[in-house]
Amino acid sequence: MNALAAVLAHSAIWRGNQLSRVTSSSIPTGFAELDAELPGGGWPTAALTEILPRHTGIGELRILGTALAALSAQKRTLVWIAPPHMPYAPALAAIGIDLERVVIVTTRSPREILWATEQALRSKACGAVLAWPGAIKYPELRRLQMAAEDNPVLAVLFRAQQAAAETSCAVLRIDLQTYHGQLAVRILKRRGAALNAPILLHSPAVTPGRVIVEHFATSSRSMPSPPTPLPQRGRGGLRAKPLCRAVS
Amino acid sequence: MLWIALDFPCLPLETFALASAHSEPWAIADGTDVLVCNQPAHALGVRAGMRLSAACALSPRLNYRLRDAAAETATLATLAAWAGQFTPNVSLESPRALLLDIEGSLRFFGGIRPILQTLKRGLDDMGYTATMACAPTATAALLLARARMQKIINCKRALEAVVATLPLSALECDARTAQTLHAVGVRRVGDLLALPRDGLARRCGQPLLDTVDRALGRLPAPRQFFAQPEQFDARLELAVPISNSETLLFAANRLLNQLTGFLAARNGGVQRFTLTLMHERCAPTRIEIGLVTPTRDVKHLTLLVRERLAALVLPAPALALCIEANDILVLAEENRELFPSRDGAQGEWQKLVERLRARLGSNAVHGLATQAEHRPERAWRTAPPGTASSAPASGARPLWLLSAPQPLPEIATRPQYRENALAFLAGPERIESGWWDDDDVKRDYFVAQTPDHATLWIYRERRAPGGWYLHGVFS
Repeated sequence: MNALAAVLAHSAIWRGNQLSRVTSSSIPTGFAELDAELPGGGWPTAALTEILPRHTGIGELRILGTALAALSAQKRTLVWIAPPHMPYAPALAAIGIDLERVVIVTTRSPREILWATEQALRSKACGAVLAWPGAIKYPELRRLQMAAEDNPVLAVLFRAQQAAAETSCAVLRIDLQTYHGQLAVRILKRRGAALNAPILLHSPAVTPGRVIVEHFATSSRSMPSPPTPLPQRGRGGLRAKPLCRAVS
Repeated sequence: MLWIALDFPCLPLETFALASAHSEPWAIADGTDVLVCNQPAHALGVRAGMRLSAACALSPRLNYRLRDAAAETATLATLAAWAGQFTPNVSLESPRALLLDIEGSLRFFGGIRPILQTLKRGLDDMGYTATMACAPTATAALLLARARMQKIINCKRALEAVVATLPLSALECDARTAQTLHAVGVRRVGDLLALPRDGLARRCGQPLLDTVDRALGRLPAPRQFFAQPEQFDARLELAVPISNSETLLFAANRLLNQLTGFLAARNGGVQRFTLTLMHERCAPTRIEIGLVTPTRDVKHLTLLVRERLAALVLPAPALALCIEANDILVLAEENRELFPSRDGAQGEWQKLVERLRARLGSNAVHGLATQAEHRPERAWRTAPPGTASSAPASGARPLWLLSAPQPLPEIATRPQYRENALAFLAGPERIESGWWDDDDVKRDYFVAQTPDHATLWIYRERRAPGGWYLHGVFS
């Protein structure tokens, strides 16, 4: 068996369930289950990655948070091109991204988005380029892929979930959904063997805490805390009694 | 001493920026006679010295303009400023020659031939044709360049032999003297040197002998050197009114090459310059171009100018271009490392920002910074990229903030988002602030979740009229 294992470990032999080797460095995602399934052990650089969230705000930035924080700690610039809303600066600072490295580009037309993405990918100055290109065709994707080659840049395109049916030349395509409160990551395309089962990541947006609400007549099953009066906060003696009553 | 002479035979023509100088026949007229013409016109039969009317009769397609002597002098001055990057001792020889004393620069540039090649390349980029000659004396170099003999003479011993082969026309004496000498059989300067000196001085004048003596180094020839200007101000006349941005870029490229040569002469960089387009009847169009860091890279400057010209709408065709650069800053050279590392790309992101701003607009590219504010919409601001900010301690904050809070419909006092009842995860967080600038907020913030597990940041307005609003999305 040792001889067989030695033969199979040869670099020229590829087995069907193996992930391919990658030549450019990868950036760890911060989730061990996801790292284990990605070739190179992280987000690929020098190539396009596509993230297709089911809707905005499902967790597409949380999944990149560790990688972006690591890149900004290495003093690399993070370029955001045409984001759907303005990234909130205190929240970015809270997850560890250095705001000095963040550059936001707002554009007026889809052509400008593509041009700006290509310029950012081609210049060797960026550590990560996050773009929301809207409707994009295969030749344009190919052009962005060519621009990203030879540059150690993390290039991420966010597209609508309907784009999963279109062909794309990105080396990694990820579909994001939720499943029972956890983030379900389905890898649609990666270098190497295909993965059919989704990966469940436990990554809550906010740690559930006490919720105290008032004037609710009906009960809500998602209020985890028992009824407790609000502790007194002496802010100039404005409140003399508990603020609200928790209704079970 | 070693001098390089640059003679510009077509300077009256090249003073005007012509994109079609190589394809269309052009002639410059001085009064009624043709002064210079370009290659296509020469092929059609136009020669210098013939009447302009005769030249037009030879080829109806001929374009011509009158000579602009003031523009020629200004062009020669800017060329002298550009040549300052090779040597600080540049001398003007009007109307169309420059003399450079390059003995001190030989070691820096690595010899005469590299200097000549760099000169030729730079002049080709700017669109000027020049004959170059190198000699130990300034006058000899000038005479060689005027006679179109591109020779390099290193030492004085070879000087006399070469000067002797010069034709008499190189000395540019008046017609009567030239006729006298031609009648005697003098064709070359060598024949002139063989004649007795005192007789020659009596018949043809001492200045002729003095010129030859200066060329051979027997008489001293002190020259006045050009004083390099402190600021850059160059103007280029256009032969025809132009409104095409590509042709304007071609003309602006010449001025940018002159600017970078001028900057190289003083080891400086420019951070701000103005490109002005003159029109006939309207006010001039001024384009201010600012850079993040001072630079003298001609390719980068051309790229920025191209983007600005492409986005420009001209009120009228442009007749002339002008570039002014008043703030010249000393450019600190970077130390290079033996093994290139990624930190070498430090200045690259600023160039990327400038390129994006040149095309998308100055306000389209910005960075973020935090502010010490309780009100969420004021806790951040746009800032120039690279602004440092402190991380304020605060509660849970969403990664996406809506530009304006979106009102949510309420059913039985519970907020709804897209027909779904929201479930609460955390809250309330009371934010009450801003009484001092008329933007008083009094809100209870909650973290809510939709049935398909999108996490939202909503608030309940405590002031009248109240209501639920969506302010951010956790991602």
